[in-house]
Amino acid sequence: MASNPMYQFNVYRIGPEIKIGEVDLSFTNASLFMVISSLAVLIIFNLGSKKNSLIPNKIQLLAELSYTFVSKMISDTAGSKAKPYFSFIFSLFMFVLFCNMFGMIPYAFTVTSHIIVTFVLAAFIFFGVTIIGFIKHGFGYLKLFVPSGVPVVLLPLIVVIEVISYLSRPVSLSVRLFANMMAGHTMMKVFGGFVISLGIVGGWLPLGFSVALTGLEILVAFLQAYVFAILTCIYLNDALNLHH
Amino acid sequence: MFLRFSKILLIYFLLFSYVESAESGGMPQLNPEFWFSQIFWLIITFGIMFILLSKLVLPKIGENLEVRKAQILENIEAAEKQREESDKKLKEYDQLILNSKNEAKDYFNKAREKILKDVDKKRENLEKEINEEITKAEKEILDLKNKSPEKIRKIAAETSSDLIKQLIGVEVNNSSISAIVEDVTRKTN
Repeated sequence: MASNPMYQFNVYRIGPEIKIGEVDLSFTNASLFMVISSLAVLIIFNLGSKKNSLIPNKIQLLAELSYTFVSKMISDTAGSKAKPYFSFIFSLFMFVLFCNMFGMIPYAFTVTSHIIVTFVLAAFIFFGVTIIGFIKHGFGYLKLFVPSGVPVVLLPLIVVIEVISYLSRPVSLSVRLFANMMAGHTMMKVFGGFVISLGIVGGWLPLGFSVALTGLEILVAFLQAYVFAILTCIYLNDALNLHH
Repeated sequence: MFLRFSKILLIYFLLFSYVESAESGGMPQLNPEFWFSQIFWLIITFGIMFILLSKLVLPKIGENLEVRKAQILENIEAAEKQREESDKKLKEYDQLILNSKNEAKDYFNKAREKILKDVDKKRENLEKEINEEITKAEKEILDLKNKSPEKIRKIAAETSSDLIKQLIGVEVNNSSISAIVEDVTRKTN
């Protein structure tokens, strides 16, 4: 079964089985990599915030560059009103980024390649943004579904389309990340399998592909984390600054 | 091109693996066995990370950045201030140099004028003295000129009386000799 490209996405229990009622909450390899990723984020940024020298050292520079990068991303897309949500978006971006990046280590498990994980994150963002929108604008938030400057005849259709597109946000957000991660890892596994099956004679071409794919996948790992965070910012922008 | 190729390959393999592992449940992602475990651990790890980051780490990084910004701004301000000060000092220095130059010129001019005046004065004095000397000398000459006939007459009389005395050995009366001399001079004139 190990040659099956989907085998790497298997979740298995580590340690004892933990059951609360009928619900299985056992510690799995997925849980392990969630813990590793969040610990890595915490350790790196804690080290980066410890010392404050006028000329930052490497780890401090890393932490501060990430901080300014995310804060600039938020202020560019969602404006100054989104400042209170900075820590959440920063955590989200770093968590997804580190999960993606840890997934690039051979034999590591990619947390974000599971639809349930990305969907829970996306659903949380969706509900959070919707609640923020209703708190900020009351029922006026429903104006989001009625774009201005649309002919009255088309309005019912447009509203239906807008509602559907709004409701599909968590699905598109979660599937985008999950599918990208899964596809990339599957493809790398497939090319890795080709290297073995074609042997010393024909294995060089898929090996080259594998190397190229590794670079591409590292780019995708960063890009998908960035896209996830920036889409969250855009949704937040809709909720905070109602333009329609 | 590469992406499209790999996508086709991927779909093929997904289908292939789905068919192959149909008995074992296909995509492990769609196996709900560990869904609650994953949700649970996601909430735990992400929640703890989010709380620690937002309460401890991120405020500190933000503060560090603010402090640095303030420090840099302060330094820039101080540098600007010092530059202004040095500009002012430079201006003062230039002014000082200009002033001292003007003063030196003044001194020089004054000294020259003084020297010229002195020289003029001395020359005037000298000229005056010379003129005085000249008038005095002229007066003396005039005096001498006026007195000379009488003296000559006297000398002539004395020499004549001496001559007569030596020649004849007779003491001649002075008055007669002078009368003679008078007579001779009138004739020669």
